[in-house]
Amino acid sequence: MALSNVVETPASGFNFENVSRNVALEGLLEGGHTKAPKPMKTGTTIAGVVCKDGVVLGADTRATSGEVVADKMCAKIHYISPNMYCCGAGTAADTEKTTDLLSSNLTIFSMNSGRNPRVVMAVNILQDMLFRYRGQIGASLILGGVDCTGNHLYTVGPYGSIDKVPYLAMGSGDLAALGILEDRFKPNMELEEAKELVRDAIHSGIMSDLGSGNNIDICVITKQGVDYIRPYQESEYKDKRQRRYKYRPGTTSILTEKIVPLELEVVQETVQRMDTA
Amino acid sequence: QNTRGLRSQLKDSVPVTGMGQQVGAYGVQDTLRSGFSSVKNELLPSHALELSEKNFQLNQDKMNFSNLRNIQGLHAPLKLQMEYRAARQIQRLPFLQSSHLALDTLKGNDESISFEDILNDPSQSEMVGEPHIMMEYKLGLM
Repeated sequence: MALSNVVETPASGFNFENVSRNVALEGLLEGGHTKAPKPMKTGTTIAGVVCKDGVVLGADTRATSGEVVADKMCAKIHYISPNMYCCGAGTAADTEKTTDLLSSNLTIFSMNSGRNPRVVMAVNILQDMLFRYRGQIGASLILGGVDCTGNHLYTVGPYGSIDKVPYLAMGSGDLAALGILEDRFKPNMELEEAKELVRDAIHSGIMSDLGSGNNIDICVITKQGVDYIRPYQESEYKDKRQRRYKYRPGTTSILTEKIVPLELEVVQETVQRMDTA
Repeated sequence: QNTRGLRSQLKDSVPVTGMGQQVGAYGVQDTLRSGFSSVKNELLPSHALELSEKNFQLNQDKMNFSNLRNIQGLHAPLKLQMEYRAARQIQRLPFLQSSHLALDTLKGNDESISFEDILNDPSQSEMVGEPHIMMEYKLGLM
C-alpha cells in the first residue's frame, strides 16, 4: 500500500527509529519491574597460543543469558578462511555476525585477487568495522591464523583496539586462563605441548568462572591444514538422562494406509559440461 | 604569527540541523505528514550512533578525496567526482528500485559486504511511497 508520508526510500543499514520508543517502554512495562529480555552472551574463556608449527585456539562451550545457561554446546570458534579461525567472546549474535561478515569479505577478496588472505587483512577489516560502531557491537575476538608470512595471533577489542601477542586469553574467565599461560608458556613449543597448555588454561577458566563451563573445543591451525577438535574434552558433570523422551515407533496406531505411486517418465535428458578451468 | 587574523574567520553562529525533520511549505514543520514536533525529538539524536551513521559515507568520501588531492593533486578527485556525478544521474525515479550498478562499481561496494547490504534492504521495504508525492519532494515542489 502506498503511504503518503514516505517521501524518500529508507536508507539501508541500521535503523534507529525505535530507540526512543524502546527506552520509553522499559520504564512503562509494569512500572519498571519487567525488563526486556537480555541478549545471549558468551561469558567465556577463550585462549590462543602460537607454537612452532602453527596456532592453537581453545574455547569453552557455555552461552549464558542473564543467570541461565542458554546453550551447553555453543561453538565459539568461528571459521574465517581455510587458514584462519576466530574465537569470539561477548554478545553471541554480535560475534557470529561480525565473523560471518569478515569471512564473506575475505572470500570475495580471495576470489577477486586469486590470493590467500593474510591475517593482518582480517584484523584491519575487523578494526575498521568495530571502530565505526564505537563499541556498540560487543565482540571481543581472538583471531589466529597461518599465512605466507608466518603464524599470527591477534586480539581485537570491541572498540577496535588490536594487539599482536604470542599467547592470549579473553572473556570473563581470562584472568584464570592467563595465569596458567603466563606460568607455562615458552616460545616455539611443540604442538602437543601447546594443545595441553591451552586445554589447561581453558580448564582453569571453567573451574574459576561462572560464565564458562561444559566442554572444551580446540582448533589447531598449521600450514598443512586445520584440525577442529570439538569437543576436545567433555565435561565430567555431563548429565545422564534417567529416561528416554522419544516415542517408540507404534505409539500412535495407524488406521488406514493409502499409497499412490507418482508416475514420472524421463522425457528429455541434456548434459551440459561446466567449464571449471 | 597573526592569531588575530584567525579569530576573524570564526563564524558567529553554528548551523543546527534537525534529525528527521520534514520541512513543508514556507520552511515550517509539516504537521500533517510527520505529526507534532518537539525540540527533544528533533534536535537530539536518540542513539549514540545515529548522527555518525547518517553522515558516515559522506565523511569517508570527504576524507578519501582530500587524501587523494594531497597525494596526487587536484585532478584526481575532480575526475573521480565527475564519474560519480555521471553515474548518479542514470538512476530511476525515486519510487522505483534502481540497481546502482555503476555507482557501486565506482565506489567499490561490489567487492565488500557490510551491514548496508544485509539490513533494511530498500527493495524489501514494507512501506512504499506515493509516486506523485515522492516526485514532488525530489523536485523540491512540495
